[in-house]
Formats: sequence, C-alpha cells, structure tokens
Amino acid sequence: MATMNTVQALNLALQEEMERDKDVIVLGEDVGKDGGVFRVTEGLYDRFGAERVVDTPLAETGIVGAAIGMAAYGLKPVVEIQFMGFIYSAIDQIFSHAARIRARSRGKYGCSLVIRAPYGGGVKALEHHSESTEALFCHMPGVKVVVPSSPRIAKGLLISAIRDPDPVLFLEPTRLYRLVKEDVPEIDYTVPLGKARIVQEGKDVTVIAWGSMLQRTMKSIEGMNVELIDLMTLSPFDEETVLQSVKKTGRVVIVHEAPSMCGLGAELSATIAEHAMLHLKAPILRVTAYDVVLPLPKLEDYYLPNTARIRKAIETVMQY
Amino acid sequence: MPERIVETVQVKHLRILDKKGNADPALAPPLSDEELKRMYEILVLSRTFDQRALNLQREGRLGTYPSFLGQEASQVGSAFAAEKSDWLFPTFRESGVYVAMGCPLHLLFQYWGGDERGMRMPDNLNVFPLSIPVGTQITHAVGVAMAIKYRKDRAAALAYFGDGGSSRGDFHEGLNMAGVFKLPVVFLCQNNQWAISMPRDRQTAAQTIAQKAWAYGFEGIQVDGNDVFAVYKATRDALMKAKGGGGPTLIECFTYRVADHTTSDDASRYRTKEELEIWKARDPILRLRMFMEKKSLWSDAYQKDVETRSKAVVDEAQKKAEAIALPDPRDMFTYTYNGLSQRQSRQLKDF
Ligand SMILES: Cc1ncc(C[n+]2csc(CCOP(=O)(O)OP(=O)(O)O)c2C)c(N)n1
Ligand SMILES: [Mg+2]
Repeated sequence: MATMNTVQALNLALQEEMERDKDVIVLGEDVGKDGGVFRVTEGLYDRFGAERVVDTPLAETGIVGAAIGMAAYGLKPVVEIQFMGFIYSAIDQIFSHAARIRARSRGKYGCSLVIRAPYGGGVKALEHHSESTEALFCHMPGVKVVVPSSPRIAKGLLISAIRDPDPVLFLEPTRLYRLVKEDVPEIDYTVPLGKARIVQEGKDVTVIAWGSMLQRTMKSIEGMNVELIDLMTLSPFDEETVLQSVKKTGRVVIVHEAPSMCGLGAELSATIAEHAMLHLKAPILRVTAYDVVLPLPKLEDYYLPNTARIRKAIETVMQY
Repeated sequence: MPERIVETVQVKHLRILDKKGNADPALAPPLSDEELKRMYEILVLSRTFDQRALNLQREGRLGTYPSFLGQEASQVGSAFAAEKSDWLFPTFRESGVYVAMGCPLHLLFQYWGGDERGMRMPDNLNVFPLSIPVGTQITHAVGVAMAIKYRKDRAAALAYFGDGGSSRGDFHEGLNMAGVFKLPVVFLCQNNQWAISMPRDRQTAAQTIAQKAWAYGFEGIQVDGNDVFAVYKATRDALMKAKGGGGPTLIECFTYRVADHTTSDDASRYRTKEELEIWKARDPILRLRMFMEKKSLWSDAYQKDVETRSKAVVDEAQKKAEAIALPDPRDMFTYTYNGLSQRQSRQLKDF
C-alpha cells in the first residue's frame, strides 16, 4: 500500500500490466521520452523500450486506426490522446471500426483497445482542453466508456479496461490528476467495468455523479441523507445499482459537467423514468453545465456545476 | 522501354540573408529604408510582446502561453507579405502574426488571460481566431480560397501550421483539394524542429516538408525561416502567384522553437542544451540588424529608441488589458447561437 495521486496510480497500472503481458503496447503523442504531458506514462519508455512505448506522429486518426489493426492482430494497445478535445478526428475510426469490428467479423476479430484521454474542466486551460463530451461515445454501441474518480479506482479500472476484450474509452479527469491522494494497493486488484459504486448510503435522495463532479458532489452533500453513486462505467452503465437505489430513495439528482442537452443525465433520467417511475416522489433533476460553448478560464467557474447548485437541486427534490 | 521516369522533384532552399547579415543582391526584396525599419521594429515589438507574455504567465497573470521565440522572422516576414484583403489562419503559436498584422496588443493579452473577447479581431483585419486543434485550420484556408476564387476577388488565403501539423489528415486533405482546384492559397509550415517532445524526424521520413507539395500537384519551397528576407520573398511570390491564378504553394520555413513548447512544458527533458545554443546563435532579429547596420540604418541609439517604443506599446497594451472589467458571466450565452434557444433562456433566467 502506498499513498499516491491519480497520475501515479495510472502509471502503476500501466507498469504492472506491461510487466504481466507483453502484448500491452502504449502509443501516442509525447508518451515516450517525455512521459506524456501529464506524466502518466513517465518511466515506461526507459523500462520497456521504444518498441512498446511508441512516440507517434501527430495524427489522431492514424494512431487510433493503427491501434485497431494492432488489436485485431492480437496486441493490446493502450492509446493516449493528449486531450479529449483532440479525439474528434479519430471518431471515424472509433465509431466506424473499433465499435463494430467484432460484429462485422461475426466475432472473428475483437478490438481489445484502450483509449486514454485527459478529460473535463476545472483546470483553467486553453480552448479544447476542458472537454466533457463523454455522451457522444456513450451513444455508440460497442464502445465502453469509463471515468475514474480517485487514485485507487483509477488503477483498478484501468487494469480492467486493458484486460477487457472490447474497446474502452478511458477518460481521466484532469482536475483529479493531482488533487486527491489515496492509499493504493500495489497488489493485483481490479475494479470491474460495468459496475457502479455506492460511495455513501443514504435514504432521502439518490445522487449520481462521476469523475471530478463526484468529488465536488461529495463535498456538497454534508449533513444530507444522500445515497451517492459513482457510476464509474458510463456505458454500458450499471442499471441495477441505479434502479435499486432509486426505488429505495424515490428521489434523484444527477450531476455532470457536460451540458444538459443529450448529456448522460438524459439517458439516466429516461432509464429511471422507464423502470422506476412509480417509485419516484419528485421530478428527476439534473445539475449540469450550461448549454453553451465552454468558456475560457475567466468564466469557467460560472459554467461548471458548483456546490450551491448541487445543494439547491437536492433541497428542491426534498421538498416533495 | 519497360520503365521511364515520369516525374522528378527538386526541392530548393532559399536563403537571402547570411548569418553575418549580408544579403544576396540578386534576391534581396526591394524594400525601402522605411519599410526595412518598419519590418525591424515589428520584429522587436513581437519579441517584446512575447517576452512580456511569458513574464506575465510566470506571475500568474496569464494562462498557459506558447512562446514563438526564435520564429519571429517566419511569422513577421510572412505576415509582412500579406495584404489587408488576404485572409490569414494562425495557430496558437502565431502571436507574431497577429502583431505584424496590426492586431491591437491588448486583445492578445486579454485572450491569453482567459477571456475570449480578445479573439474578436477588428473589422478591418482578416485574421481568423487562432486554432488550437493542430492542422484543423488548413482546410478553412482552402475554403476561403474557394470563395475568393468564386467571387473573383484579388486576394489569397494564408494558412499557418507546424511540422507536427503536417502529419494530420487535415494537411493532406487540404493541400490535395487546393491542388485539384488550383486555389489561391499559401500553406506556410513553420518547421521549428519540434512538436512538443517529438523531433521533426518523428513526423515524416521525408527529407523535407516542402517536397510534399509535389504529391498534390504544385510546388513547395524550403526557406531559411530565420532569414526574414527569404520568408518575405517566398511568401510574397507565392501570394502573387496565387492572386494571378497560379494556384497554391507550400512554404517550409526551416526554423527553431527556442522556447519550451508552452509555459507548461520543460524542453530540457527531451532535447539537448547544445542544440538549443546552436539555434539561439541564429537569432533572426540579429541577422536583420546586422544587415541594417551595414546600410547605416541601425545604430545603438536607434536600437534604444526602438526598444523604448516597443516597451511603451506593450506597457500600454498590458495596462489596457488589465483595466478591462471581467466579462459578465452571462456573456457565455451570447455567442453559442445567433440568438438564444428556449433552454438557454430558461438557464439564463435561473442563472
Ligand atoms: C489535434 C491535436 N492533437 C494534439 C494537440 C496537442 N498539441 C498541441 S501543440 C502540439 C504540437 C504541435 O507541433 P507543431 O505542429 O510542430 O507546432 P508547434 O507547437 O511546433 O508550433 C500538440 C501535440 C493538439 N493541439 N491538437
Ligand atoms: Mg513544430
């Protein structure tokens, strides 16, 4: 057991998996000598060499497309996209191929591929460096979407993602990289994909969040009898845990830093409405970013959900 | 004859000013003394701005900032060749282009301070807001060139990008379209040898970036990017050719990113001090200064005067930027659409 931040925990996960399985290959921009712009791949180049830690040309479509080929051949590529805002040119490859190779080849080829990307706001960064467009990817059958919320969870989820036979988009909340430290076991443990985690049990209201909004929500619910769920795998998500909790509390607040329109909160709300409507005592409320182009640092704090808005939503559903 | 040569490519490298500031008389651009001084003063101003931005970032008064130290000749020389009717497409690295095109400097401080209002260019400037996703602006320049051609205007588009940008699909798609439609566009690659920690040879196995132009059916040229005359001449010739219906050109400015990638980077992790020192000695501003000195256009007193004036302009711009009130938080709703959606109106009401 050692105390570490999320960067160190992710780094450890990569080290362990590369040690364990020589089919695991890391590739991306600046992942080798430089150790990645956030240092998540630090030391891997020296330890595993340039053949397994591949500094690529600046070409997201090419990186992801090549990784799909590597995966079809039986390797386990772990791609780093430098920021989520730079993944879009690779969406063609992710949607048209990574997500469908298994179906198209009737199971002959899989795509055991992990695409890691720093994600989310709250770090006062340049344009395109604070993106939270997870819902785009959740919409696509065949792609798994995972977001860790703490160092221990991050390590366990990344190991599961690498071992998973399907493509996983692994979104790392930039704000949490160095914000939270936690005891992280150095033994082989995993946090399973597809399962949510009840962070705190409660009776009055179910609050669902993930990533850096989970941390913010934890700080916002003091003194409230909240059942807090860390979704962890956003797609396909753990419907059972969510519905069970909602049936118990009868009230739901969903917090995410993406805009509301077709955000994942919409899908969660619809699922809850379809399967637990008659257990609800209050409307389902979403606390989200506004439906505007993400502002630059001067206005970022006004854009992201804050404690006041989270508390207000919980208080509102409690009035029913 | 089973095999014959169907195409050969010869890539030229243009240098006009040598390291000692001697100009090749046959190639030196016909700039008047006044124009030369203006060019020099903009070079100094652009560096003064750049260094101030770095200092302000260190003091926590600006956000992450990408310096263009060492690339002043490539940026100022190329922008100097553009006319007001041309459309320019800079990236995050091109503050020098904004300075040279006459963008009020307080806007740049405002933008890099995290306020998007700084990218609202004055109406008479056709300089697009800078693009951060690498290479993506290249196709916009192509589209503007299509529009220029359609309207039969006498103008051209000028797209900036780096050696890293030349690896992106956007580069290949953009250049290909420009070749197919023979468009009035100039592609200006500042090959500064690095894309964050990736050296140039990680972007392409080709000897030059310039030679890629031939694959798309037009010419490329490599120029000494630390030679402001070479950059100016190559860009001016290419823009003239574009406006005369001669189609696109790719210009590779062979230069160097003397600074870290951005203020968040530490280049000593991946490149040697020796390499850096070699390039520092090739200072592009010093080269023009030596040329001017030989023509008695430069003196210590003149240098002092230029520096004093540059500092005053930058001081003034900084003061102006810092005096601007924070944007109204509601401002973020204003420009997402041309008008508010129902949902936005509701969100604004509860804001
Ligand atoms: C599509 C995309 N991928 C990754 C990044 C992150 N990034 C910013 S600058 C840069 C290197 C750019 O190198 P180059 O094109 O040579 O321009 P330079 O920084 O040298 O001016 C990278 C990888 C980005 N901005 N856009
Ligand atoms: Mg470069």
